[in-house]
Amino acid sequence: MNHDENRDTQTRRQTSQTDANHYLEMDLLRFTTAGSVDDGKSTLIGRLLYDSKSIFEDQMDAIEETSRNAGDEQVNLALLTDGLRAEREQGITIDVAYRYFATPRRKFIIADTPGHTEYTRNMVTGASTADLAVILVDARKGVLTQSRRHAFISSLLQIPHLVVAINKMDLVGYDQDRYEEIVEQFQEFSAKLDVDDITYIPISALHGDNVVHRSEAMSWYEGSTLLYHLEHVEQTSRQNLKDFRLPVQTVIRPDQSFRGFAGQVASGTIRPGEAIQVLPSGQKTVVERIHTADGDLEEAVAGDAVVLTTREEVDISRGSLLVKPTNVPSQEREIEAALCWMNPEAMAAGSNWILMHGTRQVQAIAREVLYTIDIDSMHRQQASELALNEIGRVRIETAEPLYFDPYKLNNATGSFILIDPASNVTVAAGMIREASTRTGAGKPTEGSTAGQSDPKASPNVVWEPWNIAREEREKRNGHSAKLLWFTGISGAGKSTIAKALERRLW
Amino acid sequence: MKSHTSHLKQLENESIYLMREVATQFERPALLFSGGKDSIVMVHLAMKAFDPGKIPFPLMHIDTGHNFDETIAFRDRLVERIGARLIVGHVQESIDAGKVKEETGPEASRNGLQTVTLLETLSEHQTDCALGGGRRDEEKARAKERFFSHRDRFGQWDPKNQRPELWSLYNGRKNPGEHFRAFPLSNWTEMDIWQYIAAEQIEIPSLYFAHKRAVFNRRGVWLADTKHMTRYPDEELEEKVVRFRTIGDCTCTGAVLSEASTLEEIIGEVASARQTERGGRHDDKRSEAAMEDRKRLGYF
Ligand SMILES: Nc1nc2c(ncn2[C@@H]2O[C@H](COP(=O)(O)OP(=O)(O)O)[C@@H](O)[C@H]2O)c(=O)[nH]1
Repeated sequence: MNHDENRDTQTRRQTSQTDANHYLEMDLLRFTTAGSVDDGKSTLIGRLLYDSKSIFEDQMDAIEETSRNAGDEQVNLALLTDGLRAEREQGITIDVAYRYFATPRRKFIIADTPGHTEYTRNMVTGASTADLAVILVDARKGVLTQSRRHAFISSLLQIPHLVVAINKMDLVGYDQDRYEEIVEQFQEFSAKLDVDDITYIPISALHGDNVVHRSEAMSWYEGSTLLYHLEHVEQTSRQNLKDFRLPVQTVIRPDQSFRGFAGQVASGTIRPGEAIQVLPSGQKTVVERIHTADGDLEEAVAGDAVVLTTREEVDISRGSLLVKPTNVPSQEREIEAALCWMNPEAMAAGSNWILMHGTRQVQAIAREVLYTIDIDSMHRQQASELALNEIGRVRIETAEPLYFDPYKLNNATGSFILIDPASNVTVAAGMIREASTRTGAGKPTEGSTAGQSDPKASPNVVWEPWNIAREEREKRNGHSAKLLWFTGISGAGKSTIAKALERRLW
Repeated sequence: MKSHTSHLKQLENESIYLMREVATQFERPALLFSGGKDSIVMVHLAMKAFDPGKIPFPLMHIDTGHNFDETIAFRDRLVERIGARLIVGHVQESIDAGKVKEETGPEASRNGLQTVTLLETLSEHQTDCALGGGRRDEEKARAKERFFSHRDRFGQWDPKNQRPELWSLYNGRKNPGEHFRAFPLSNWTEMDIWQYIAAEQIEIPSLYFAHKRAVFNRRGVWLADTKHMTRYPDEELEEKVVRFRTIGDCTCTGAVLSEASTLEEIIGEVASARQTERGGRHDDKRSEAAMEDRKRLGYF
């Protein structure tokens, strides 16, 4: 349909990619694609690659030949993203496959995940690093279980942007009413999800409408094309720029004169001269230099791979977490987490695992499955174990304290995997909700980004949720917050009195 | 690399993170060095990852004996400059020991034989993780490869039974006898590699730039005239201005006709290229699933 326009794209790509150093301005967006079988996911990716001129002649020749051998009239663009031989034979995709393309503005990494029920684990894997999710809906079929499932997993994994691509619009006569009906269906259900940004785009992957080029057949649609949206959406939304955390990977000590701690800033920022605290030891020191092979930095931000040196000799090694003393994470030996189970053998309460969190590995016991989540209805279900591809809420105890932030506030320090100590296989992906309510402590206060509790706080101190956020209160009162301590035996009415007092003073 | 958000900076950070994970999670890692641009970028990244220290693992080169002279000279200079340790595994030794049988005739290639020498060299040095420069954009079979790729006792890759990889948590735990391949360049494309080489001003072998060379055409692929190559009677030598897009065994690495003699010109050429870089590789053409077959057997 839009083939003659391709030449424009080609020239545009050539000229701007050859502009001297233009590529130093390009950034990077990672997105996942998900859809039920036959919704047109492979065709859509093929279309994006083809229309953005990311396909080479020999690849094209190969799929033309395959299409011809299979007796297809049209070149089957879906073949471009088709992976391993076994899958080609079975005619299905079964794992996460990564694809790449670039426009003059941006480089894109697609985590392409299949839509079968049994592959929740692949969707979770793809979603763990994505900035955006493209959810395909077949315009004829409307919002099906699969679409809901993908949206739920995207929100669970906290992908900041969702695009609902309503595909095969050509088969419903490019009808605006049908489009709006589907948007409504989706909105009805997405209201329950934790996603801020949802964009709806009517497309035809097969003919190319609204994928790279605007659709003439759908002039009623005033939004942007899929590619334009992908090129312009904010790509750093996933990063936490407030809470400085750096999990130490290794110590670099070429000689007596240099001892540096290498790692990637997981979140927040750090500058030379700033105080840091080392966890678990609790020792404090000051950052002396932020070394990189390109010279020292005045500031390191989330994502930077750096080497820090400190003013004092402190005990720092692989697995240490560097933070600022004024902003420390929660410290707990018991946590509650959303767990996606990826092992054929179900997880039972009382089982032992190795928990990998940042650059640290600790022994862990799965104490209790609190419930599983039916990902189709999003309802909680009673359960005593977690089976393959199930997602549930689990209470986990670790041999040593974990230093974490809730996943919602910090993907880097709120995520972990479980490893089977016998086979060494990765069996689960976990997202920490909070410290287990059994022990109570370390729950972050509302109004602060992360838990501000001192890591040495007694596990018996319990935070009560606020009625009014701290900032609001301070603004109204014109002075900073003060602490009042109520003591008394359990059940004496401390919380009740405290809340009444809070109202009174307001 | 100054800008925090540029795609090259993000790729660099990711690769550095991965190299440091390999250096600490494994006891005896090694960096597979082919002399090609990808492995040169790998060495550059490894130097950055451990700066101001030295690269804490050796470079390992599997030498088919059919390399371009330029490649070997470049390798030796690089190793000397950065003070790295170099391990060389010779395919010739595997042939002499009767462990593999050399193909004969004009189409003979030692590329397939490399696998045996590689596995032997790895086990001789008890390497538990081999860092490779493979990229997922190179070939369909690689699109599903993990950053940390588990290999069984026999060095085999099982694409159906890979460990899931989430966030940046790389699980390198293994049982005795098993080992890993790690691919820090997984998310890079050919274009990214060239842009990075230009941005970082990394030195690469002269073979990549346009030069005059005696070549002959075999089924659409320009092959260099070297002492390792036999021509069919009807294959005439011609003098052409060519360059190489990949550098491997000279019996199966095709040249492209090109005038690109600077990095900027090469980037321009890559941007408008209509052939994947593997398109010039003779060995991939033998079957559509060729790469996949070799990978299962433990090829890079
Ligand atoms: N008419 C029409 N057919 C489409 C469109 N997108 C995909 N298809 C067809 O739907 C079928 C399934 O597409 P495919 O991309 O393989 O689906 P996947 O299973 O989601 O990857 C194929 O026959 C496609 O040609 C579209 O926009 N319009």
